[in-house]
Order: sequence, then C-alpha cells, then structure tokens
Amino acid sequence: MTYVIIGAGPSGVTAAETLRKVDPVGEIILLGGEPEPPYSRMAIPYLLTGQIDEAGTYLRKRDGHYEANRIEYRQATVESVDPAAKSLTLADGTTQAYDKLLVATGASPVKPPIDGLDLPGVHHCWTLADARHIIALAGKGAEVVLMGAGFIGCIILESLVERGVKLTVVEALDRMVPRMMNAPAGNMIKNWCTEKGVRVLTSTKVTRLAQSDGRLAVELDSGEQTAADLVVVATGVRSNVDFLEGSGVKTDTGIVVDQNMRSTVEDIYAAGDCAQGLDFSTGGWEVHAIQPTAVDHGRIAALNMAGRPTPFNGSLNMNVLDTAGLISVSFGRWDGVEGGDHAESVDADNYRYTRLEFDGDRIVGALALGRTDHVGVLRGLIQTGIHLGPWKEKLMADPNRIVEAYIDRTQGA
Amino acid sequence: MQRSLVIDPGKCTGCLQCELACSYDNESIFNPSKSRIKVFSFHDKGRFVPYTCTQCDEAWCMKACPVDAISVDAASGAKIVSDELCVGCKVCTVACPFGTVNYNADTGKVIKCDLCGGDPECAKACPTDAIVFVDANWTGLERMRTWAEKTDAGQQASA
Repeated sequence: MTYVIIGAGPSGVTAAETLRKVDPVGEIILLGGEPEPPYSRMAIPYLLTGQIDEAGTYLRKRDGHYEANRIEYRQATVESVDPAAKSLTLADGTTQAYDKLLVATGASPVKPPIDGLDLPGVHHCWTLADARHIIALAGKGAEVVLMGAGFIGCIILESLVERGVKLTVVEALDRMVPRMMNAPAGNMIKNWCTEKGVRVLTSTKVTRLAQSDGRLAVELDSGEQTAADLVVVATGVRSNVDFLEGSGVKTDTGIVVDQNMRSTVEDIYAAGDCAQGLDFSTGGWEVHAIQPTAVDHGRIAALNMAGRPTPFNGSLNMNVLDTAGLISVSFGRWDGVEGGDHAESVDADNYRYTRLEFDGDRIVGALALGRTDHVGVLRGLIQTGIHLGPWKEKLMADPNRIVEAYIDRTQGA
Repeated sequence: MQRSLVIDPGKCTGCLQCELACSYDNESIFNPSKSRIKVFSFHDKGRFVPYTCTQCDEAWCMKACPVDAISVDAASGAKIVSDELCVGCKVCTVACPFGTVNYNADTGKVIKCDLCGGDPECAKACPTDAIVFVDANWTGLERMRTWAEKTDAGQQASA
C-alpha cells in the first residue's frame, strides 16, 4: 500500500503519523511544497519577534522524526492528478503513483486587484521565506502598512508592534477581526491597539501602491497618501485546489468531502485548510482553516485511508488572538442562531467583554475579551451540548460564570 | 503502576492549601491565581470543587499544539508543557474542553498541571484527603472521561 500525502502542514504531518500507527508496513510519502522541514505557519509571529529561531517553528522537534516513523518526506509541487492511472504529475516532470491519496495542500494568501502589489517591499506573511523578508525590512522605526485586520493580520500586528515599527493597519470592513468578533468586541480591540500606538484605519481601502524615492507610496481611498518601507498584505486566503482541475475532484469553497473525509473521487481524501469538512455548529460543510481542525481532519482521514472507517463528528470553529496584549477568543456560533437568547457583559474601560449565544438552554457560541482563565470550558459547554438547566438564568444574569456552570453541570458539584 | 489525581469534592472544605502549594511549587509564589488547581465555590450548596487537568487520553492540548511543545511524560502519564518550546500561541487553551490549560501573561507561556513530576504538591497539602494521588485504575475519573469522549472529534478517535 502506498499512501501519498500532498502538503506537509499540521494536517499532512498528523495524517502521516496516524497512518504509521495503524499501518506498520505501508509506504508513506509526504510531499511538501517549500524547501523547509515541515513547520507551523502559526509560529511565524514568534519568529518575527525573535522569541524563537526558525527551528522553533518546526512541527516536530525530534531529530530524525520522519525517518524513525518511515515517513518519506520530499519537496515536490504537484501539477496534476490522474485518478484513472492513480498517479500524480510533479513540477519536475516525474510521476508519483499512489494507492490512497490525501490532499492536505492548505491555503495561500490572495492579493486584491490593486496596482503595485508586485513591487519590492510588498510581502505576504505566510511562509518562512516571507518572514525572512519581513525581518529584513521591519527594523525599529520602519514605517509599515499592514493591509487587512483579519485574524492573520492581527497576529502579525502583535509581532510588528514588538519589533518597534511605526504601524498603520488598513482594514476595508468596519471593524477589526470582522469574521471572529462582533462590533462591540472588534471596536474594543481597535481602541486597545490605538492606545498601544498603532494607527488603525477601518472602512478604508488601499487604492494604489507606487515606488517613490526607494520607498513605497501607499494611496488610500480617503485620499491620504502615506510612505512605507514595507507593506504586508493579509487580505485573505483561498484553498490550494487549482491542481485538481480535470481530476473530477469536486470543489466548492474547498474540496468537497464526506464525513469520512473522502472526496468525490475514489481513494482521494482531503483534510485541513483545503477541505470543506463537517461543521459541528451548523451541520453544514465549511473550510475552518484552524489548527485543531487541521489536526482532527488529518487524523480522521488517515484512519479512513487505512481501512478503519471513522466518521468525523464535525469541527467547532474557534480562535484565540493576542492583539498587543489584549486576548480575545471566539467559539462556534458567536453570531447567534435564530430564536436564540444571548447574554452580554461589557466593561469597556477594562477591556473585558463576554457574550454567550444560546439555543434553548444550551450554549452554541461565545466571544470573550480580556479573559484567559479556563476559556476552554466554552468549547466543552458547546461541543458536549450540555443542557444548562438552572444555569441558563444565572448565565443570562452574569455570563462570566461559565466555569462554575460547566463544573456544576458536568461534575455534579 | 501509573497514578492519578482523584478528587472528592465532598471532602473539600475550601481551605485552598492545594492552590497555595501548587503556585509555590511551580511558580515560587504563594498566589492562588497562579495555581494549576483551582477550587470553585458553590456557596448556595455549601460545596467546594477542586478542579484541574485529568491528564486525559484524548490530550486535545497536545494534539492542537503547533510546535510540539506538549508531550507525555512516560513515567507519570502527565501531559507536560515545555517552556522552552511553547511560543504562547494559546491554541491549547481553547482546544482543551475542560479549560485546564491557562495562559500566564507574566511568562508568555501556558501552564497546566504536570503532576509535579509524579509527586503532586496539592495532594500532599490537602488536609482532608479531598485530593489524593492513587492507582490510575481507580474509578474516580470516570465522570470526566465520559464527558471527554462526548467532545471527541471522531467516534473511534484513539489511533
């Protein structure tokens, strides 16, 4: 049995390790697209601050980990898939046969259609190669424009602040982290960042970039023009699925999979940021693009590939973000469900905010700012579908009592 | 024989000796807010519930870590955070459905119970045996395990 995994991020690596655990003899080939050992993009912000070196970003730290597990890790880019021949065509013109294929190719950043985004000094912050460029350009006092204040923009924001740059953030929508935070929470994050010396421009677009005296001239739709030594583009990502064209593998927002992570083509599976997996909260199919989902997908796909039918119960969307010291979390249906109640606690002066969304007497989503203690119980409460009983009323009165509610309802306190 | 922390809330008087012992041993400070075990008070019922990591088999924290900073200690079975490798991304704090991994802003790392290398200070400090460290086959953990299984991502999740 030859298993081929395309993509050496958390999903691909977890799949390879899981396959080895359940199939001691199969051949496992892990193809990575970058000239690096498998690493975590999530660790890049900490590389930018100098907290870790490049080796600190590696997904597995033990020397010889892949060899010891007889996982053949190679750098290769896949050009196309031929499901009839069960073969991949690689960028170097060679082919690779497979019996079972896992597509775990992740996502890539996209550039909005703006003139000047191909100029020197304009970078994404996605790969280790990008990080090296940013480290070279984002010295103390450098002027930096960050396009996009979504989740990825915001984790980079923290690192850029720590590097001591003069930072301007330009976000097209009306608030920061619009896909993770509602208006009150997003605005509190904006106020916090502004207090920390970051210039945050929401409802603002970059219209053009040009070179000017060896620097970048950034034009905004407000008419303002600002100079920059570095422009970081964090305006969104999309799944890496182009190479599947003509393979018959159906894609929508990502690769369409069933509950066993199978694509629409036999013996081809998908996992991680390129897969449109089952969403626990909605029962629908979504690309979640978060680390815990990537790892779950990889593990479940591998078990199914190895002939152990294992349906996936669905992933809960959840995020944690640290914007220059203000920590925020979001879980599940933080935007609420029809007919559901909600409870909110706002302490804007101290940057504390909690919002719970209910469906009947169960919590289905939550947001919190300024809270780090026991936040995981929000996942527990949502994913185990705990009926709150008398605690519903208590939480409606004070949504900060979530840990007590969890312990009382699960531990029979 | 591997041993586990077994907690009997019925015996807890809320004296918080466990929190002080934990914070002092792990963080060199007598400060309950830095403790990895936390006693929750339910005044309306007159009950106190000591609460910490059960070192669950599912180990969501460990699986969710993007930088391999959480590992299983072979001797004690504890899931241990490496301060050297932890970057402070906090993904484990949202991935753990028990909420027993917390972020320590002073160090920029996460903290969780590590069973004190196999001799937990909380159990030693508890004057009423509400927290004991006993043979892992003892059944006190079953309630949490049941909930752990309900949260799991796959129906046959252990690979």
